Formats: sequence, C-alpha cells, structure tokens
Amino acid sequence: MEGIVFYIIAIITIIASLRMVMGRNAVHSAIWLVLVFFCFGGFYVILQAEFVAAVQVIVYAGAIMVLFLFVIMLLRVDRAEELLSRHRIQRWVGVILGIALLSGIGVTVMVNILPGQLGSKSLEETVIKAGGNTQAVAEALFTDYLLPFEATSVLLLAAIVGAVVLAKQKREEKED
Amino acid sequence: MVPLSHYLVLSAILFTLGVIGVVVRRNAIVIFMCIELMLNAVNLSFIAMARNLASIEGQVIVLFVMTVAAAEAAVGLAIIVSIYRTRETINVDEINLLKW
Repeated sequence: MEGIVFYIIAIITIIASLRMVMGRNAVHSAIWLVLVFFCFGGFYVILQAEFVAAVQVIVYAGAIMVLFLFVIMLLRVDRAEELLSRHRIQRWVGVILGIALLSGIGVTVMVNILPGQLGSKSLEETVIKAGGNTQAVAEALFTDYLLPFEATSVLLLAAIVGAVVLAKQKREEKED
Repeated sequence: MVPLSHYLVLSAILFTLGVIGVVVRRNAIVIFMCIELMLNAVNLSFIAMARNLASIEGQVIVLFVMTVAAAEAAVGLAIIVSIYRTRETINVDEINLLKW
C-alpha cells in the first residue's frame, strides 16, 4: 500500500517539477510548484513525519507561495518569458551538467546505501514514548536543539528587517 | 515499505531538476522557485533518513531548513523588487552590473 502511494506521488511530483522548470509563464510555474509542495507533504505523511507534513503545507504551499505569486503579479512579469534569449548553448550545458550531477548522486546512493538497510529499531518507539509525532519533535526541539531554535528567531527578525529595508521606496530619489 | 534508496533517488532527481532550472531559466523569480525545489528535495532525504535511522533529529532539522527557506524567500524577493524598481527587468541576463 505504502509502495503504490509512494510511486503515484513520485510520478506526480516529477511531472509537476518538470512543468515548473520548463514552463514559460512564471504564474504557471508557481502553481505547479504548489502541487509539488503538496506532494512533498504526502511523502512526509508516508514517512511518519505528520507534523512536518502539516508545516510543509502551511508554510510552503501557504505562506511562501503566496509571497511568490504576490511578487510575480506586483512586478507584472507574468507574461511569457522567452527562454534563452541570448545564450543558446547555456541550456544544453545546463542539462548536461544536471545529468552529470544526477549520475554522480545516483552512483553514490547505489554504492553506499543499497546494500542492506540502516537502522535497527523503528521510529515508532520514539514517537509512542513521547505520545505522538508532534510531541516527539517538540521534545527534541525544546531540549537538545533549544539554542538553534533561539538562533532561528534572531534569523527571522533579521530577515524581516532586511526585507523591509530592501523593499522600502526611497522618497528622496523619487522627488528628483 | 519503500526502501530508503528510492527516496534518495527521487530526492536526487528533484534536486537535479532544481539545478537545471537555476542554470537554464532567465526569470529571477523562477530561479528562486527552483532553489525552493532544491531545498525541498534535501528535506525529503532528511525525512527518509530520519525514518530509516529511527531518529527524530532529521525532522527537527527539516523545520530549521524551512525557517531558513522562508527567510531567504522574503529577503530574496525584496531584493528582486528593488532590482525591478531600478532596472525595470528581472531577467538575469540583463542584470549584469554590481552597481547602477
């Protein structure tokens, strides 16, 4: 059952990401990317990471993609883009480099991971002991990883300030 | 149960698609979306590894990656907006000066 669901979602994800990368319209790319994010949510549910799945849908498919669509429409760049206007050879070099990268990662995975499974006990034990997936994540996040968690809040504050400063209109220049 | 290697191969395929998108596309916003795709591909291998190694840490790290991705998207899009204000374009072929 898990296998069937995995392969169906995997095919949908690959098709949607291909459409996203190849699509000429930025808005269409963004909508395909939303589908990809939902598929990732599905993978996380299969992989017993329910809390991360929920966060994936809320943060990525909800917040980040709305931000992207907002900027696309704000800048009126939603018309079709002529792919590779100037550097025609760049497309082929990019694809060849991509295939080289894929085969490199593929060989690494095959050589190092394929023979035998890792791990002895299952994730379920940890999750059941904590009383649920969210509780298990929270326990790790607020004990062992408290310092990185606090550092994240500083990072988010810096991002907010940076975004406001960068996107702010400079009034002096406007009046000139 | 799907073996770990299938998840890792899928993650590699999606990461490669993201890399190709970054190299091939000319629209700065689409390049940003491809970066998000690459971050998600890495998240997928984190979660798959977390299940196979029976450790919850993988899921915690994914939360941190998502936070960094959100911050990066906000700042990056602000930079794109500010470039568009001065240059009237977000085609990365035409944005070739460090100072305008």
